[in-house]
Amino acid sequence: MVESIIFYVFAISTVTTATAVVTVRNPVHAALFLVLTFFTSAIIWMTLEAEFLAITLVLVYVGAVMVLFVFVVMMLDINIALLREGFVRYLPLGLLVALVMLGLMVSVVTSDIFVLDAASEPVPKPADYSNTEALGRVLYTEHVFAFEVAAVILLVAIIAAIALTMRKRPQTKYQDPASQIRVRKADRLRIVKMPAGED
Amino acid sequence: MTVGLSHYLILAAVLFSISIAGIVINRKNIIILLMSIELMLLAVNINFIAFSHYLDDLAGQVFVFFILTVAAAEAAIGLAILVVLFRNRRSINVEDIKELKW
Repeated sequence: MVESIIFYVFAISTVTTATAVVTVRNPVHAALFLVLTFFTSAIIWMTLEAEFLAITLVLVYVGAVMVLFVFVVMMLDINIALLREGFVRYLPLGLLVALVMLGLMVSVVTSDIFVLDAASEPVPKPADYSNTEALGRVLYTEHVFAFEVAAVILLVAIIAAIALTMRKRPQTKYQDPASQIRVRKADRLRIVKMPAGED
Repeated sequence: MTVGLSHYLILAAVLFSISIAGIVINRKNIIILLMSIELMLLAVNINFIAFSHYLDDLAGQVFVFFILTVAAAEAAIGLAILVVLFRNRRSINVEDIKELKW
């Protein structure tokens, strides 16, 4: 009973905030609603005994990706009115596409062919069961190759993001360490011989 | 009123449909489009975790782990492209990006 109350409360808030993400005017508000969506779905993952991933979702998404989103949204000077035009025009089409897809997926999920709810409720894990440890055991043994590939993907992402946003400004003064080191005494210092004591 | 696997799948389907609608109705604003893609990935992840729980198989959670990694990389690169685009165009309107359009 408690589980279903938790599920319904957080499922409804997830859906509400997700709707707000795609409909609010201000992109900053949309980003903040997306944070709330991730938070509530992290709690739903918690109820599904995926504790490690729930915490990862909050740390990685709310802590890193959404901060990046908010940062970019605030850095860009956006004309919201221009970006909103066509919102009402495409609203019926968007709703139609969404409802058709939703209807298809729900009809598959609830159909008699799959009988998903026949899958019995799994036995709750004992209190000393560690989801992180179990995940780590399979991640570093069976899926170690995929893990390494993920690391390479992150490296590529870092390099790509830096390479894309790096730029040289002509008016900014830069230090050139190579030419600083290469400098000789003769380049900087001029010894002037002057006749002394005429008088 | 017990919550079963189908409840989680329907929740994920609803989230996915919302993000599809978001992509269609916010087709001028790249930032909201990126956010809708993140929402789609979240919906898929809910599916994976629900199946992982009910089938008692950790492979689904491992998959979600990798999806999170790739989604973070995608968001970083997407936002970097967005910043470069804004620097060159002073706008992020999708309609302004039409060099490759014939």
